[in-house]
Amino acid sequence: MVDVTREFQDIERAEPEDVELYHPHSWITKYVFSQDAKVIAIQYSVTAMAIGMVALVLSWLMRLQLGFPGYFTFIDPATYYQFITMHGMIMVIYLLTALFLGGFGNYLIPLMLGARDMVFPYLNMLSYWIYLLAVLVLVASFFTPGGPTGAGWTLYPPQVILSGTPGQESGVFLMLVSLVLFIVGFTMGGLNYVVTVLQARTRGMTLMRMPLTIWGIFTATVLALLAFPALFVACIMLLLDRALGTSFFMPTLVEMGQTLSYGGGSPILFQHLFWFFGHPEVYIVALPAFGIVSDLISTHARKNIFGYRMMVWAIVAIGGLSFIVWAHHMYVSGMHPMFGFFFATTTLIIAVPTAIKVYNWVLTLWRGDIHLTVPMLFAIGFIITFLNGGLTGLFLGNVVVDVPLSDTMFVVAHFHMVMGVAPILVIFGAIYHWYPKITGRMLDEAMGQIHFWVTFLGAYAIFFPMHYLGLMGVPRRYHELGEMAFVPPSAEELNAFITVVALIVGFAQLVFLFNLVWSLFRGREAGGNPWRATTLEWQTPTTPPPHGNWGKELPVVYRWAYDYSVPGAAEDFVPQNQPAPAGAAE
Amino acid sequence: MTVIIAFLTVLGAVAVWWLSRQRLAAKPWLEASPAGSFPDREAVAWPAAKLGLCMFLAVAGSLFAVLISAYSLRMRAADWSSLPGTGLLWINTWLLVLSSLALQWAVVAVQRRDTTRAAAGLGVGGVSALLFLGGQLLVWRQLNAGGFYAESHPASAFFYLITAIHGLHLAGGMLALGRVGARVSMADGDAENVRLSVELCALYWHFLLVVWLLVCGILVLGPWAEWLYAICFGT
Repeated sequence: MVDVTREFQDIERAEPEDVELYHPHSWITKYVFSQDAKVIAIQYSVTAMAIGMVALVLSWLMRLQLGFPGYFTFIDPATYYQFITMHGMIMVIYLLTALFLGGFGNYLIPLMLGARDMVFPYLNMLSYWIYLLAVLVLVASFFTPGGPTGAGWTLYPPQVILSGTPGQESGVFLMLVSLVLFIVGFTMGGLNYVVTVLQARTRGMTLMRMPLTIWGIFTATVLALLAFPALFVACIMLLLDRALGTSFFMPTLVEMGQTLSYGGGSPILFQHLFWFFGHPEVYIVALPAFGIVSDLISTHARKNIFGYRMMVWAIVAIGGLSFIVWAHHMYVSGMHPMFGFFFATTTLIIAVPTAIKVYNWVLTLWRGDIHLTVPMLFAIGFIITFLNGGLTGLFLGNVVVDVPLSDTMFVVAHFHMVMGVAPILVIFGAIYHWYPKITGRMLDEAMGQIHFWVTFLGAYAIFFPMHYLGLMGVPRRYHELGEMAFVPPSAEELNAFITVVALIVGFAQLVFLFNLVWSLFRGREAGGNPWRATTLEWQTPTTPPPHGNWGKELPVVYRWAYDYSVPGAAEDFVPQNQPAPAGAAE
Repeated sequence: MTVIIAFLTVLGAVAVWWLSRQRLAAKPWLEASPAGSFPDREAVAWPAAKLGLCMFLAVAGSLFAVLISAYSLRMRAADWSSLPGTGLLWINTWLLVLSSLALQWAVVAVQRRDTTRAAAGLGVGGVSALLFLGGQLLVWRQLNAGGFYAESHPASAFFYLITAIHGLHLAGGMLALGRVGARVSMADGDAENVRLSVELCALYWHFLLVVWLLVCGILVLGPWAEWLYAICFGT
């Protein structure tokens, strides 16, 4: 049966080429300008969470205005738009993308594959510092005259550079420059992740023995590398339109009775470029989440993942399909009906591989030995939330349903469920899961439970009612509803309710942050493998893993990543680096 | 967006071809191997730097494909008018061809362990690439003198943008070429050490040449391409 195994002598090299490690000599090169992927991962994660807190506060301010219009006089329409814009952009790009790929990618890829480090450590270090620069440029826009741009996170021209849009003076410059920097930095990191997965796997780690986390991060990185150029081009062209007065995107238009010098540009072109990046971006965030959640569920249900091959194929298929659905974000911009039909169809087809994944997660749970640990709670929370958000996606993917629902709160509820709450739940679950490996200590269980239940129930209390508001016709992006015949007073009460819950959920995140710091010093000692997991990162000789990860010898892989509850095995998990008993494989 | 989709389709075909050779239909849960026995190593046999460069070329390729897509979308608008051709572009094109050929010559030399000739090849390649960049600046000045400013005309805006991005890629390559050239001239006959670097430089140069031929073809011959498209698809 196993014709793949060969005799030891046939293998040319005993070890994969050992990466030449840069050995730090000082505190600065060890912890600040470090080339160790694990340190870079922590730098990425801390920066992403810090800027994420800014975005969280911005969402509070927006909710205060929506829930209690008129009470907070410092939130005028201009600042409200700035809050929206910065909240969206930070959460999507600077938090989710950076945390999943820069944070988890850097930490987990070398460890899970049995490598010593990334293939190009220096480039990896540059990647972080350029990311930090991008974040600082973005933050700087809060302090420029006119403040940050308020054009909405999609930055649609022509309004993004017309006077009257907040941040038109300098905020939009800084936003575009920051995005360009982010893309440059990400590309450096992304090349690293891809080449490391292709080349630095340890002996025995075939592609089909990789944990799904790695499959998710790998595929997402490929998507990002190919999709970000579209945003890069869009940003450069918009920058030129604003700075030099070119007309890539600017049509002839009249402003305040005066004809502007622009003319001949196409705003639709920007939308194509933006969403050609923008839709793969959804999967750049979702695929790592899919992968991580598969591993969390398998580990904490003590059961092998159901349909591993299908899971891999589905990840690859979703990645491919994600490039041909972008125009479903542009139904209301107007398009040939055949195109609308085409994009609606491809959008619905994506539901097939996605549904396969959801079924497989549920079937993995079925009759498993489910441990309701905090990571498991978050993983289950993800499945439910992603299903909810995905189902409303089926509505919005159809042109006739999308057109009336477009620009209502329904859309806000949909993408927050599917792209906001769902991946964030995975991030939390993953942090609770891997924190013991990173620090050697467990996060506090009680605080974790509080954090989970408040966040999970709170997120539903926030976003479920928003669907109803949207169906009623309550528009998004409005600073104040004012008098609208079709909006009953109960909508205002619902808005106030949502705001109160949003504040509570926000404060629950402070519990989480406190837990992160407190457990660093007071947490229970974790040992090397507290979850009794099979994957390689839990088999390191010391915890936290040192520079170079593995001591003298690289680990060797003999089996796939999901040997839980194997009949006849001594324990209910068999690590990937444990060989089968002699003769068992033939 | 046809161009970028076509480009990604080609990349996707390569990916599918590669994946199809990776035993994706394996049943890993049945295949635990005993101690000392391993499946074939499936890592790509190329050096990491070469694989990294190829990945980067895929990224840069999609950047240019997006630019060309944007250009052709804009070209289909009713008010489109193309730039006048300039003879200088032909000279620049030949300079870039020369540069690429010189680097290929350097690769052949370094494969024959002849570092002196390799250094000469890199030198010629570098100088002709510099001349190309200078020539591009002259084209810009000619256009400017002819009243085609970036802000006055959509075709000239695209021309400046695309040539600038291509030029920046070449200029970035010049930095690497300079370093490799210095190493080759100091290699003193030890060709093995520098062989990979020279090959990678040449690969990057060939890529930029192909991009330039496509970009230049579309920028200059764009109206004809439109005419051809109209004949084929009747729009």
